[in-house]
Amino acid sequence: MRVLLFGRLGDIAGWRERGFDPAPTSLSALKALIAAEDAALGLALGAKGVRAAVDKVVVRGEAALGPGAEVAFLPPMSGG
Amino acid sequence: MIRLTEARFDPGAELTAFCAGRTESGAVASFVGIARGEGGAATALELQAYAGFTEGEIGRMVEAAMTRFDLHDALVIHRHGRIAPGEPIVMVATASAHRRAAFEACDYLMDYLKSRAPFWKKEHGPAGARWVEPTERDLDDLARWD
Repeated sequence: MRVLLFGRLGDIAGWRERGFDPAPTSLSALKALIAAEDAALGLALGAKGVRAAVDKVVVRGEAALGPGAEVAFLPPMSGG
Repeated sequence: MIRLTEARFDPGAELTAFCAGRTESGAVASFVGIARGEGGAATALELQAYAGFTEGEIGRMVEAAMTRFDLHDALVIHRHGRIAPGEPIVMVATASAHRRAAFEACDYLMDYLKSRAPFWKKEHGPAGARWVEPTERDLDDLARWD
């Protein structure tokens, strides 16, 4: 599984892209695993306005994850 | 057409190309966003995009604008990577039969791009770097179209 962090999340974590093997089977399990490793990042992922996308589709709430999933965490966006 | 690019672009040349060959679109409106120097406080902008996702989300915004304003065509060019003050960051152009729809669609697309397009913007300056998120003003601007 590939996990991508955008914006300030990458600065908090110190990485922008990472593989997880074995892969957690749900979004909540992935977040729990990350929070156990890095409490600051865990808090940041739970902050207001942070969304998750699985295989480039935004998901709301819980989602099942396959071993080849690409999960991206997206803080509030700002273009232009 | 939607284009994400790390390279500089020439808004004048893009607008000329967008206007070329139009015999039924009576109106083309355009907007160019330029990186501000903030009086020396900003030395560069760094924009992150999510390849494959950002284009899709912008594509949905453009589709919505095409329908809502009955556009003939629309162009969105958006930079990512490192951008120096004075360089264009974003360009929107819209074509329609009459001017009102072209103006309004251009305004609408920019409001959506500012608050909803998947880009993450970091401002670098002598005092360090900070991530920029949509302001209250940006969100109020967007709410005008609800």
